[in-house]
Amino acid sequence: MTNLLYTDIEDALRESVRGAMERHLDPHSTTGIYDEPKPWEAKAWQSLTEELGVAGLLVPEDRGGVGAGPREAAVVLEEIGRAVAPVPYLTSSVIATQVLLELGESEHIAALAAGEATAALVLPWSARPGHWSPVQGTEPVKPVAGAVGADLLLIPVADAGGVQLHLVKAAETTVESLVSFDMTRPLAAVTPASGEVLATGDDAHRAVEAGLQAGAALLASEQYGLARSCLETTVDYVKNRIQFARPIGSFQAIKHRLADLYLEVTQAGAAARYAAATLADDDADKAVAISVAQAYCSDVAVHAAEEAVQLHGGNGMTWEYPVHLYLKRAKSSQLALGTPEKHRQDLGPLVNITT
Amino acid sequence: MSDPKTMLRQRVDELLAAYDPATVSATEFLGARFDAGLAWVHFPEGHGGLGLPQEYNEDVANWLAEAGAPEPDRSRNGIGLGMVAPTIMAIGTKEQQEKYLRPLYTCEEIWCQLFSEPGAGSDLAAVATKAVLSGDTWTVDGQKVWTSGAHHAKRAILVARTDIEVPKHAGMTYFLVDMEDPGIEVRPLRQITGEAEFNEVFLNGVKIPDADRVGETGEGWKVATTTLNNERVAIGSGADREAGHIGVLAEKWRKYPAIRSEAAYHELMHWWIEAEVTRLTGERLRQQLEVGQPGPEGSAMKLAFATQAQAITGLAIELDPDHGLLYDDWTMHRPDSTDFLGRDVGFRYLRAKGNSLEGGSSEILRNVVAERVLGLPAEQRLDKGIPFKDVPR
Repeated sequence: MTNLLYTDIEDALRESVRGAMERHLDPHSTTGIYDEPKPWEAKAWQSLTEELGVAGLLVPEDRGGVGAGPREAAVVLEEIGRAVAPVPYLTSSVIATQVLLELGESEHIAALAAGEATAALVLPWSARPGHWSPVQGTEPVKPVAGAVGADLLLIPVADAGGVQLHLVKAAETTVESLVSFDMTRPLAAVTPASGEVLATGDDAHRAVEAGLQAGAALLASEQYGLARSCLETTVDYVKNRIQFARPIGSFQAIKHRLADLYLEVTQAGAAARYAAATLADDDADKAVAISVAQAYCSDVAVHAAEEAVQLHGGNGMTWEYPVHLYLKRAKSSQLALGTPEKHRQDLGPLVNITT
Repeated sequence: MSDPKTMLRQRVDELLAAYDPATVSATEFLGARFDAGLAWVHFPEGHGGLGLPQEYNEDVANWLAEAGAPEPDRSRNGIGLGMVAPTIMAIGTKEQQEKYLRPLYTCEEIWCQLFSEPGAGSDLAAVATKAVLSGDTWTVDGQKVWTSGAHHAKRAILVARTDIEVPKHAGMTYFLVDMEDPGIEVRPLRQITGEAEFNEVFLNGVKIPDADRVGETGEGWKVATTTLNNERVAIGSGADREAGHIGVLAEKWRKYPAIRSEAAYHELMHWWIEAEVTRLTGERLRQQLEVGQPGPEGSAMKLAFATQAQAITGLAIELDPDHGLLYDDWTMHRPDSTDFLGRDVGFRYLRAKGNSLEGGSSEILRNVVAERVLGLPAEQRLDKGIPFKDVPR
């Protein structure tokens, strides 16, 4: 079986990303995005792209990247989830980048890897591998993640041969921000437009599919990071919150919930790691691993955030405490790239279980 | 000799050449394997090992399996192999190690565990079975329960009360017992499945030489903890996909289209995924152990195993109502070993109820995870710091 552990290099990468997120983000300004929307937190994104160079992890060195891979990108996403960081890493540095990688494109991919530009795949955020349709007609596509503020839009458009993949500059079409459940990953309505045709037919289809697969596989790591953070924050809270003259964390009613959550979070870590590893190895079990990770980690992230709200008591219900940022990201991510129910549906035939 | 792997390979080849698994008995082969230091390579020389890192055990096991060599029967002597051996190795005297490890390994001597009592289940430190020292012999009186394999065990590990004047954790001592002592009576304990896997064991004036005490008098809790920690480590080993209850159910689903429905499909897939992520977690734990970084998730994984076993067997009964209404056999048997998957669905459902009780109830395990892994404060207790004789019981 593939290696599920972290390397020393990955541990060091984690430390750097965590440090950057701690320096450049604070929960109060992140919450502020709900009142004054912005595409991302510029300083945090700058730090990831310019100081740490992690936008190019998936991109080979000869195409302007750093030649790492999905395992390393997964570690970055764990830390992004941990901080609920408002940065377009998943949409631009993973999904759009993977689409371009698959096509052998090298001009724009170098710009994405360097953090000089960002891009988004224009499909509803609920689209999932194996189940998406190219854009038909002129009605805006929504809700699209990563499009607000992006320089480049990758639009799969329906044509007689199946699909044509267009590269459209954001300035050449309309990207309308939507009021999103999770404003730290704002969604948009994107009006379809024609641009440079990057690929057609099977090539275009395969590229979009690869982008969605990478997105679904690695979203699991973001969800795991978020869940782990909720668990740690909540454990810390119940150790220090005194009621009835004792820390509430000494009550079994609370301990047992957190023990169960620990188990879920631990298992989510293994599932997410397996998905990242099979993606990195292009393993034959990749599709199974992705559906398992998405079905499992989506629900664990939501459960962890819900437990955090409940066990923080009234504080968890306030705008001031950052717990709600986690709940909104978790619930929104549960729907992203396929709901758990859809992934359970997809998984059955892959393991020879059908209705 | 260059690296340990080359040396081990050579030893395995020599063993196989001298003792052909196809012709010698399992007992003889295992004895020779023990003498060659290939039983558990991380044990010291002379005790079935070679003082090598634990990870090499896997290589030895793989090579021997390829050659069709027998392994010790873990289903019959799981307590001996998984719990007694590491405890004796860690804490036992040189004499105990020399006397007990080899026959334990060859399974000539089966071991059982005399820990739980009617009044000491989750609260193991409440054991009341009494041991009194006179000269260099202990006399033991009391009652133990939930003892698997007691009816064919040659020996047992025992925790008994040796001092009632001190707080309960400080007044226990750990012993090795000869199950053939005339003071021992074993009675089958019938379970809800109809079988009697377990026993009640009554001890009336059982004699134990002081040489069979493990650890100091009064340190029984510490020794028992070593034993039980090994029980939990034994759980987190890598398994194949669909290895457990879920595999039985998935096979049935594939074979009988008539039991399928849309709603049941989603429930089946839910549990398939749960089982798979637990398998992946176990695999990762195994990888961590291999590089010498064991994680704390072992005790939490038993929670997952119990929950899944119970839910999946319950679902299996519902999926085929006309079959689920029947039961394969209520006759009282005393099986030699436990196979959770071995019988029909009704048995599996009933037997799975024990999975959240045996080896630490799920409630206790949640406390263990919360307190030892997450560092949450302990529950306030009424038995701290007072002599055992004054503890409400």
